[in-house]
Amino acid sequence: MKITLRIWRQPDRDAAGAMATYEVDGISPDMSFLEMLDVLNEELALAGGDPVAFDHDCREGICGMCSLVINGLAHGPEALTTACQLYMRHFTDGQVIDVEPWRATPFPVLKDLVVDRGALDRIVAAGGYISAPTGAAPEAHSVPVPRKDAERAFDAAACIGCGACVAACPNGSASLFLGAKITHLGALPQGQPERDARALAMVEQHDAEGFGGCSQIGECTAVCPAGIPLDMISQLNHDVLAALPRGKDQRG
Amino acid sequence: MNGYYAGGDPLVDTKDPGGPLTERWDKRRFEAKLVNPANRRKRTVIIIGTGLAGGSAAATLGEAGYQLKVFCYQDSARRAHSIAAQGGINAAKDYRNDGDSVQRLFYDTVKGGDYRSRESNVYRLAQVSAAIIDQAVAQGVPFAREYGGLLDTRSFGGVQVSRTFYARGQTGQQLLLGAYQALERQVAAGTVELNTRHEMLELIVIDGKARGVVVRDMVTGAFETHLADAVVLASGGYGNAYHLSTNAMGCNVSATWRAHRKGAYFANPCYTQIHPTCIPVSGEHQSKLTLMSESLRNDGRIWVPAVAGDTRDPALIPEAERDYYLERTYPAFGNLVPRDVASRAAKQQCDAGRGVGPGGLGVYLDFKDAIKRLGRETIEEKYGNLFDMYAKITDEDPYSTPMRIYPAIHYTMGGLWVDYDLESTVPGLFVIGEANFSDHGANRLGASALMQGLADGYFVLPGTIGDYLATNPLPAGIDATHPAVLEAEAAVRERTARLLAVNGSRTVDSFHRELGSILWEYCGMERNEEGLTKAIGLIRELREAFWADVKVTGVNEELNQSLERAGRVADFFELAELMCIDALHRRESCGAHFRTESRTPEGEALRIDEEYSHVAAWEFAGDGAPPILHREHLGFEHIKVQARSYK
Ligand SMILES: Cc1cc2nc3c(=O)[nH]c(=O)nc-3n(C[C@H](O)[C@H](O)[C@H](O)COP(=O)(O)OP(=O)(O)OC[C@H]3O[C@@H](n4cnc5c(N)ncnc54)[C@H](O)[C@@H]3O)c2cc1C
Ligand code: SF4
Ligand code: FES
Repeated sequence: MKITLRIWRQPDRDAAGAMATYEVDGISPDMSFLEMLDVLNEELALAGGDPVAFDHDCREGICGMCSLVINGLAHGPEALTTACQLYMRHFTDGQVIDVEPWRATPFPVLKDLVVDRGALDRIVAAGGYISAPTGAAPEAHSVPVPRKDAERAFDAAACIGCGACVAACPNGSASLFLGAKITHLGALPQGQPERDARALAMVEQHDAEGFGGCSQIGECTAVCPAGIPLDMISQLNHDVLAALPRGKDQRG
Repeated sequence: MNGYYAGGDPLVDTKDPGGPLTERWDKRRFEAKLVNPANRRKRTVIIIGTGLAGGSAAATLGEAGYQLKVFCYQDSARRAHSIAAQGGINAAKDYRNDGDSVQRLFYDTVKGGDYRSRESNVYRLAQVSAAIIDQAVAQGVPFAREYGGLLDTRSFGGVQVSRTFYARGQTGQQLLLGAYQALERQVAAGTVELNTRHEMLELIVIDGKARGVVVRDMVTGAFETHLADAVVLASGGYGNAYHLSTNAMGCNVSATWRAHRKGAYFANPCYTQIHPTCIPVSGEHQSKLTLMSESLRNDGRIWVPAVAGDTRDPALIPEAERDYYLERTYPAFGNLVPRDVASRAAKQQCDAGRGVGPGGLGVYLDFKDAIKRLGRETIEEKYGNLFDMYAKITDEDPYSTPMRIYPAIHYTMGGLWVDYDLESTVPGLFVIGEANFSDHGANRLGASALMQGLADGYFVLPGTIGDYLATNPLPAGIDATHPAVLEAEAAVRERTARLLAVNGSRTVDSFHRELGSILWEYCGMERNEEGLTKAIGLIRELREAFWADVKVTGVNEELNQSLERAGRVADFFELAELMCIDALHRRESCGAHFRTESRTPEGEALRIDEEYSHVAAWEFAGDGAPPILHREHLGFEHIKVQARSYK
């Protein structure tokens, strides 16, 4: 296959960026999208050019590092699929493909297709955990967890923290990411003591980072590779509303 | 041995407290000095890595009140490669009442490692295993549960009890998120300073003790030096030396290799595990291999066409013309034989021309019978995400046609040598998780790496490092102007400049690919003297070519992925040679290390205990000088050493 790529190039955080056009030939349908970019980069390097920087690590759809907007869609055209698990068989010979970074104010571009997603970590640091210092844990079977709750927690905990939901959202909101963590920890008995405080602190940090509010458009869930459903944002809103009158300080 | 290595003094683990096996860990913890809680915030520990090992250690030490400086090369601590572990984590809980116990987990691990691990370490691992599950549950890790609300378990390759806890096919992800969240909690509490997108490129040793690291800020290219009272490496395994492996693209040996060059012995580098159930290579462009969890072997049946060269569609091959070769050869364990046995058996089938798929490098893993017996829904529930991943990659539907699998490099048992305290031969340098060599001997059992990483990080290191910190604080007055610090930084600058200056005609990746194929061919599933000596020659030539002809693009002062890769591949070259030398020295077959010269009349691996019941710990003797071999004798008092048979 022969592919024409239009890729966002930006030398560093402060520089202006622009789209640049490249052609790659000899692409096999069994290549992953990132392997196709590898081919381009090998050619660019040998020709004395500057290879395209893009984030990736596991290439199995689990680490959440890859982050490409492909033809306007975060992670590309396949549902429930990260960019690294997208295969060239889903494209056609001669196709023109646009490749851009996640775009959101809290995710500044560092170079080309690489962005800074540290804001998501800071949201977790604000309260996305259960305080369980090592050594203090009771015997695991002392608290049975109904299977449906465990399943619900897992469905939410499957979020890979990629930030595609933010990139897809017209408001630049991280509500789906937030909702997933709130739902995960809130579905479990272990997560109850800090439930209110967690919801309030995480939302506060979310807003402070410059992420937008949610207006239930649903683009996030459409691109989410982990299948995090929209009702987890409802869960988030529910938990925040319930927590507001009680306040953040019942932690102590 | 032909000048490939030199003999050195024997090595002894002086921290092993001795006495009754069951009491050693308690004894060591009691004897270890403690740092007064009020003084802990004055002690700083550097941790390289935020995987299960580094993440859990940093969170735990932070909770204890120490100051931590933590580094990882990804953009978030949550993306360490532990995230990709699928199958599960072992623990001797005996929730099934099926005869499991600390003793049995200990026994299985020593046997699985083919009697090439330390009794004391393995026993301790089995002892703390149960507390890991308690810890993870308390953090909110959503393990699979039964309808009654209690935890579900399954059995995993090589053992006959059901002691593996799991969270669908994403156990590593869920355990890592637990550790990551605990780590972020410490970031908020101010005990952990987290530096993402920072790569460690050098260890700083002052007056014989590990006191810091040189790291490169991967966004700006700035070199930074960081000093601390002690340094912990939790940087994972070196499987990417083979280029194609199930490891993440960035996994590297640089942190441990740089420490090795500064005095830390590297133990058993030739013990590399090959996983039997990976998706076969599809073509030249392949950048990594994808694992299909071996839990699949609980329900899938492995077969090849009975006759070589049979290229019919698998659906058209009748039962009588299929060879379920594992069930046939190993009736007691069948499809659940340990990884090394399953991998070699697959290679032998393919070598005999009975392999399937492109290039004949594959065997079938068939779920037809399981679907008939349990129903599609059950199979979907158990393995749904794995089946989906397989379908995404291969464009084939494993519910209707058998999967094709082939072995791939997956895990490295070798790593930096550590004593019972997990301290390397450089005082103050501790090594945890896959980066050390400690617990799995010559072969790791499924679901035991997650257990070991978390045992090291949550329980073992926090119980031992205090003993060092209590008596070895960083002396006052040492700062970034100390000559050893300046020298380490200058060395990194010089090496980086050298890589950028070559400006040759071949990309880093093309060298890496070639290095990988040499290792896979000669230091992979089967090794022998002829192949290994050949490999050493090829590696040396290729390494020279690399330094003369590699093309690294761009400059240091930018986000430069070509430069990052070049540094890692340069270190892989040095390691690769040591792997081959280690494999050459060990003229026996044990665990994952199979020497064709050492086998039983039936062709099975043959250990030679009289000569090789030792850990091979290698000392770096300088560039171009043969490495020095130190043997740590392995004695077995609590387990009867037997031929490892799965027949
Ligand atoms: C696909 C796959 C599936 C697996 N499934 C299982 C399973 O089911 N059960 C099981 O028990 N085991 C499994 N394993 C093995 C297990 O996942 C690993 O052995 C284990 O997670 C390693 O953990 P770690 O903390 O030692 O290292 P990692 O998780 O690899 O973490 C390494 C850390 O070090 C950092 N780092 C590395 N080099 C540098 C450097 N130079 N500078 C700065 N930072 C650096 C990285 O950023 C990262 O944070 C699997 C492995 C793979 C590859
Ligand atoms: S909710 Fe989905 S899209 Fe958003 S970070 Fe998590 S996995 Fe990515
Ligand atoms: S590279 Fe890990 S999810 Fe894509």
